[in-house]
Amino acid sequence: MARSIKKGPYIDHNVERKVSTMNDSGKKTVIKTWSRRSMISPDFVGHTFAVHNGNKFIPVYVTENMVGHKLGEFAPTRTFRGHSEKKR
Amino acid sequence: MARIAGIDLPKNKRGEIGLTYIFGIGRSTAQSILTQAGIDFNKKVQDWTDEELTAIRNIISESIKVEGQLRSEVQLNIKRLMDIGCYRGLRHRKGLPLRGQRTKNNSRTRKGKRKTVANKKKATK
Repeated sequence: MARSIKKGPYIDHNVERKVSTMNDSGKKTVIKTWSRRSMISPDFVGHTFAVHNGNKFIPVYVTENMVGHKLGEFAPTRTFRGHSEKKR
Repeated sequence: MARIAGIDLPKNKRGEIGLTYIFGIGRSTAQSILTQAGIDFNKKVQDWTDEELTAIRNIISESIKVEGQLRSEVQLNIKRLMDIGCYRGLRHRKGLPLRGQRTKNNSRTRKGKRKTVANKKKATK
């Protein structure tokens, strides 16, 4: 079920704080984060996040189209390399 | 022959049902169109007068997205998901279900016909 609009989007505090300090200072560094559940807000556009996928950090460059999605959607957690080829 | 939005409507169906042959119009949309145009739901498509037809056409062209326009919008939405590389986009690319359904069995609608892997070796003693 979708989240209630009344509550507004959910963004983890540490991610929000880091982004706002970066926006204030005008610097751009990669933000390392485990917070896959955070919604991408319009402030995030143009930043790069290193999103944890349970194993390592996947670099995600945020574009305008991604607003409204969650960070975790861009760092897949499963690896599937296809079925084994027929031997012989 | 009633022709709306490039689609020939079946002429001996009730208006409420006939309108649903247009892509983008279901039962409730059809009902709201007919009430707006002041036509009885049970009136057959072939019994509609020319004025009623134009009224329906106007309502559809003004307020509802149907057929080609709607199809292209849906395609654009899918393309957006694929371009930004999010999970749903990846699933679209692979032709697998998007919403966390199981794929060990079933989900044939997305995966298409079964592709049998021939000659699977049986366990030998």
